[in-house]
Amino acid sequence: MRLKKPSIPYIAWMVIFTILPIALILYYAFTDDRGAFGFQAFINAFGYTGVFLKSLWIAFISTLICLVLAYPIGYFMSRQKKSVQNVLTMLFMIPMWMNFLLRIYAWMTLLQNDGPIDTMLSLLGIHTTLIGNQGAVILGMVYEYLPFMILPLYTVMSKIDTRLIEAAEDLGCNRLLVMRKVVLPLSIPGIISGVTMVFVPTASTFLVAQYLGGTDDLMIGDVIDKIFWSDHNTGSAIALVLMVAILIFLIILNLFGDEEAIAA
Amino acid sequence: MKKTIALILTIALAAVSCAVFTSCSGYEGEINVYNWGDYIADGSDDNLDTIAKFEEEYNIKVNYTTYETNEELYSILSSSNSQYDVIFPSDYMVEKLIKEDRLQKLNRDNIPNSKNVVEKFKKMSYDPNYEYTVPYSWNVTGLVYNKNMVGDKKPDSWTYLWDKDFRGKILQFNNSRDAYAIAMQLCGVNPETYTKSDIDKATKKLKEQKPLLKKYVMDQVFNEMEKNQSAIAPYYAGDVFTMMDNNEDLVGVLPKEGSNLFVDNMCIPKNAQNVSGAEKFIDFMTRVDVSAANSEYITYASPVKGAREKSYKELRESELVYPSDEYLEKCYTFRDVDKDVYTYMQEQFVKLMS
Repeated sequence: MRLKKPSIPYIAWMVIFTILPIALILYYAFTDDRGAFGFQAFINAFGYTGVFLKSLWIAFISTLICLVLAYPIGYFMSRQKKSVQNVLTMLFMIPMWMNFLLRIYAWMTLLQNDGPIDTMLSLLGIHTTLIGNQGAVILGMVYEYLPFMILPLYTVMSKIDTRLIEAAEDLGCNRLLVMRKVVLPLSIPGIISGVTMVFVPTASTFLVAQYLGGTDDLMIGDVIDKIFWSDHNTGSAIALVLMVAILIFLIILNLFGDEEAIAA
Repeated sequence: MKKTIALILTIALAAVSCAVFTSCSGYEGEINVYNWGDYIADGSDDNLDTIAKFEEEYNIKVNYTTYETNEELYSILSSSNSQYDVIFPSDYMVEKLIKEDRLQKLNRDNIPNSKNVVEKFKKMSYDPNYEYTVPYSWNVTGLVYNKNMVGDKKPDSWTYLWDKDFRGKILQFNNSRDAYAIAMQLCGVNPETYTKSDIDKATKKLKEQKPLLKKYVMDQVFNEMEKNQSAIAPYYAGDVFTMMDNNEDLVGVLPKEGSNLFVDNMCIPKNAQNVSGAEKFIDFMTRVDVSAANSEYITYASPVKGAREKSYKELRESELVYPSDEYLEKCYTFRDVDKDVYTYMQEQFVKLMS
């Protein structure tokens, strides 16, 4: 491959902000605090297996809920007039213009005891604590990342030629069959990029759980944040394991995608 | 049309940024100050904008940046080439930085106001000969509870943070040092010097507390207490003073066992570029009126003689902001502990929370 001059800034960018940091993480993960090579950091990192699996689980559930919610929305949006599509896209984008932490603060206020939602539920005779549990954490994640699922799905679906759907209908497909045989296979790339864009950040996010969760809802991102200041090595080892786990997930996802695309 | 607008905007942006950059050049020098976040009077609510005042009086530009924890400060100092002229480490961090030879001895003749601090801050364990530090602000940890949520009880001790009657309405520090210090006090361990086995004892105590807790919090404590979400919490007493101002059902107390006396200090790192500017800055911040203004803003006590008397009545008379000398007798101040002991404590704390 020959390098062209215009690519130099991007290569420099990649080296400084991607390659170097990863090299540093690798260096810290495989050394101890005196700089000697070893695996102690990974042995320490195993102490957090429970949180690790829980974080992946929360990420998985959040991604699934996002997908289930976003798929019909994306389809509905893609079948509207162009002007309506633009308005709808805007409506989903506007909340994202606000800082993510502020939106989490808003949820804290909404969910707290004697807050608006709690008051309404109490009027209906339901007395429960809405905040400080895993459900609240998942709600926060879904709210935060739903637009990242909707947008790729909508983009891919709006490219589906309406004539294909009409043809399927002419050939006797009912609406369900149209969805299964035409829309679903053609929207696989959208699903894959949506799942990627939701799963990866939710698995590694921090602060959301600290704000919406209770005493048991720390996620692996929070652990890395807390451990790193006192112990660079273990922090880096956990981060590295997380990166590898996400990488494996993405590889599997993409394999699955390719097969589907061929089958379709 | 669009292109024209874009062009105009670009030119406007360029013009503005030129103006911003050239306007700085009137100063005679500059200093880099690295302080805790939200920890200096900034001119809001009619208080003194102390940095602007300093820049005006001395014609020295202040590049002001902030951090959130002592560990963050340490990490920046030890692993980057950043050059700061004034930093604000707490007690134990001062001790660590002195041990590692990262601080300069101060020339008191250039910081005359630093002689005018309350005597006890000239002989603190972290700087016994008063060579490296000028105290900036001090306070203790305390308790806050909501009088409508504790029944007939009048919490006056850390043990109430383990009271089963308050199950699900208790908060704890989301910070290993402060949380462990409380547990250690209750286990009869000295929070100034401890070993790994002391940490294990305290971990056991904290594990007993966990099922009773609502949350581990830092800044969220304000929302939790002010909005009547939780019944009782430990926090820095000066901040409890602020919370009580915002919710009259809150009561602040200093636990009878004693608590953590913490002192944040102004220091000059070894690699400072503008030592004379830093000295002027420290001297200015130690002036009675300036120190009083900062103390009023952050609602922690001022170590400068005469600053307390200059503060507004509620602040200077508050036992939470200015605990009595008898109470301070019962308090302890964190010391620098071995790195592996601290790492162990942090690790146990994260495991406890997860």
